[in-house]
Amino acid sequence: MPTYVDRERGLVSREIFVDEEVYRLEQERIFCKQWLFIGHASQIPNPGDFFSSRMGEESVLLVRGKDGKARVFLNSCRHRGMKVCRYDEGNTPILTCPYHGWSYGLEGALIGVPRFKQDYDSELDRTQYGLLEARACDHKGMIWATWNFEGPDFYEFMGDMLPFHDSMLEATDGSDDEMEVLPGVQKWVVPCNWKFPAENSIGDHHHGVSHVSVELVGIGPGGRGSTRHGEAGSYKPLAMTGFPKTGHGSRGGGPNPNAVPRYPFPPFSDPATEAWHRAAWERHQINKPGQRPSWDRYGNGGNIFPNMNYHTRFPRTIMVAHPHGPTTCEMWRWFLVDKSMPFEVKQFFRSYFLRYSGPGGLTEQDDMENWTYATQASRGAIARRLPYNLQMGLGHTTESDEPLHGARYSGGFMSETNAMVFYGRWQELMDAAGNDPSVPNIADRAAARR
Amino acid sequence: MTTVEREDVLDRLLLRESVEEFFSAEYDLLDRRDLSAWIALFADGVSYRVPLQRNVKFDQQDKENMLGDLDTAWFADTKDTLVARVEQLQTGVHWAEEPVSRSAHLVTNVRILDRSPERGPADTVRTRCRILVYRNRLEREVDLFVGIREDTLRRRDASWEIVERTVFLEQNVLLAKNLTLFF
Repeated sequence: MPTYVDRERGLVSREIFVDEEVYRLEQERIFCKQWLFIGHASQIPNPGDFFSSRMGEESVLLVRGKDGKARVFLNSCRHRGMKVCRYDEGNTPILTCPYHGWSYGLEGALIGVPRFKQDYDSELDRTQYGLLEARACDHKGMIWATWNFEGPDFYEFMGDMLPFHDSMLEATDGSDDEMEVLPGVQKWVVPCNWKFPAENSIGDHHHGVSHVSVELVGIGPGGRGSTRHGEAGSYKPLAMTGFPKTGHGSRGGGPNPNAVPRYPFPPFSDPATEAWHRAAWERHQINKPGQRPSWDRYGNGGNIFPNMNYHTRFPRTIMVAHPHGPTTCEMWRWFLVDKSMPFEVKQFFRSYFLRYSGPGGLTEQDDMENWTYATQASRGAIARRLPYNLQMGLGHTTESDEPLHGARYSGGFMSETNAMVFYGRWQELMDAAGNDPSVPNIADRAAARR
Repeated sequence: MTTVEREDVLDRLLLRESVEEFFSAEYDLLDRRDLSAWIALFADGVSYRVPLQRNVKFDQQDKENMLGDLDTAWFADTKDTLVARVEQLQTGVHWAEEPVSRSAHLVTNVRILDRSPERGPADTVRTRCRILVYRNRLEREVDLFVGIREDTLRRRDASWEIVERTVFLEQNVLLAKNLTLFF
C-alpha cells in the first residue's frame, strides 16, 4: 500500500477520495475490520422487532430475538443471496426469503427449507446455513457490530474515546434515564467519498465560512437570530482531542478538574422547554452534586473511526456515512432525546434538529455542496497530484498523559489535529496487508463463536 | 342537465380554475426566484411537511408515510422556519445555492377533495395534485422530484393562502444531496 498520508508534513493524497482500487481495499481493510454503528435499541424494543441497517456496503438486519438479545445478520440468504428482508423495520416471528422460501429464526438459524425431504433427501446440513451473524455489542443501547471475530472487543476499540461518546447518551438531569431515537432515519445520497462527512465532524472548528448564511439567519434553540449551536450557558473549551491508536477524535477536551458547575443550557425559545431544563438542572445538582454534565466537559461531538459521528447536544444526533463507491456515499442520520422528556419538549427538539441537520437542514445543506465539488475538483490527473493540506496546528499539539494517555490534544486554538489523527489511523489500517478476512471461512469463524 | 345542475358544474369548474391558477402562479414565483412574494402566500399558522417514507409490509401501508408528531422528516416547518429558509437563500452567501440553481416546477392532476364551509368568508378547500420539480445546478447536477402534494387553502381576498401543505416525495433514500428548494 503506497503512503497516502504524510503525518509529518500534514498532507493527505487526493487519491484516497477518488480512486477505485483504494476504495476496494478500504472495504476489506477498514469496513470488514472495524466496529460499525448499526442502530439504537429503542428502534427494536420488542422480541421480533427488526431494523434494516448497513455495514459499509452490506445490508444487515438488526433483530431482537425471543431471548431479548439484539443480533446483527448479513441480509443475504445463504441459498442464492437474495435479501431476506426488504422492509426498513417491523416485527416478525420468522425471516423468510422471498426467492425460494428458506426461513430463518430470530436467532439466525436456518429453520425451514422447502422440499427438504422430497428433493434434498433430508441431506442438506441446515446447521451450516444460518444467516451470517456479525459480532455485536449493545453498549448502553447503542448497537455496534463488526466482521472482525478475532480483533479487539468494542471497549478496546473505543479506548479512551468512550466517555466522550457516552456523553451524548447521558440524561439531561444526570440520572440513569435512558435516551431514545426519534422514529425514522434520514437517508440520503451524496456524490462524495465517505471520508468527507466522516471527518467533517471530527473538529476543524473553522466552519464559520461554510455556515456563514445560517448564522446570518439564526436557527438555534433560542429561536430566530440565535446561533445554531445555542448560546452556551457555560465554559466551552476550544480544544481538540484525537486518539492516534484508534483514529477517533472529539471536539472538546478531557474533564477540567477546576471547572465550577453552573447552569449549562442555552436559552430556549419555547417556555415549556426552558422550564423543563431549569427543573432538570435542579435534579442534576442532586443526582451529580458538584459536577458538570459530561457533555459539557467532553465537548460537543466527534467521530468514531471510521464513519460514525455525533453531536452530544445542540443538536443531539448520530450520523453514519456509508461508503457507496469511491465518489458516492449514503448518509444516515438519527436524532436523540431523553426518553423521559415530555412530548412538547421532544417536539421542540425535533423542530430544532430538522432545521439544523439533514439534507433540508439549514446548516448541513452547505456541507454537501462543499464535499460534492471538492470531490469533482480532485479527480483530474493533475489535481490528484496535489495533496490536501491539513497543517493547522501541526507541531503545536501536546501529548496528553493520564487519563487520556497518548491522545493528541490542542487546547485554546483551532487545529486540524484530529483530521490528521483520523487519516493516520486510516493509513495504518490500509497498510495492514495480509490481514484481509478470508472470504470462504468467515462463516466458519462466525459459527465457531456461537 | 337542469339549470341547477349546470350552475353546480360551473361552480366547480370555476373553483378548480381558481385553485389551478393559484398553484401555477405560486410555482412561477419559485422559478422566477421571487421568494419574498412566494412566502407571502403562506398563512402564519402554516404546517409545511415533507415526511420520510418507509418500506413496509403490504398490510402496514398506513405506516409508510411518517406523519407522526415526533417522526423524523425531511421538512416539518412552520411559517417561522419557512421564512428562515427564504432569508438564508437571500443572503447571497448560502453556498449550496450560490450560484443559484435553476428550477422548473410543474403542477398537474389538481383535484378538489372537499370544500367547507360553502362559499363563506372562511372558505377552505382541500386539494391533491401531482408535482414534478426539476433542479439543475451549476453544470451537470440534475435532480428530479416527482411527488404527490396535498394542500389546504383558505380564501384570502380574491385568491388563496396556504394553510397546510404535505408533500410525499415518493422516495425512501433521498436521491438528492440536499433540499435547498421548495415543493
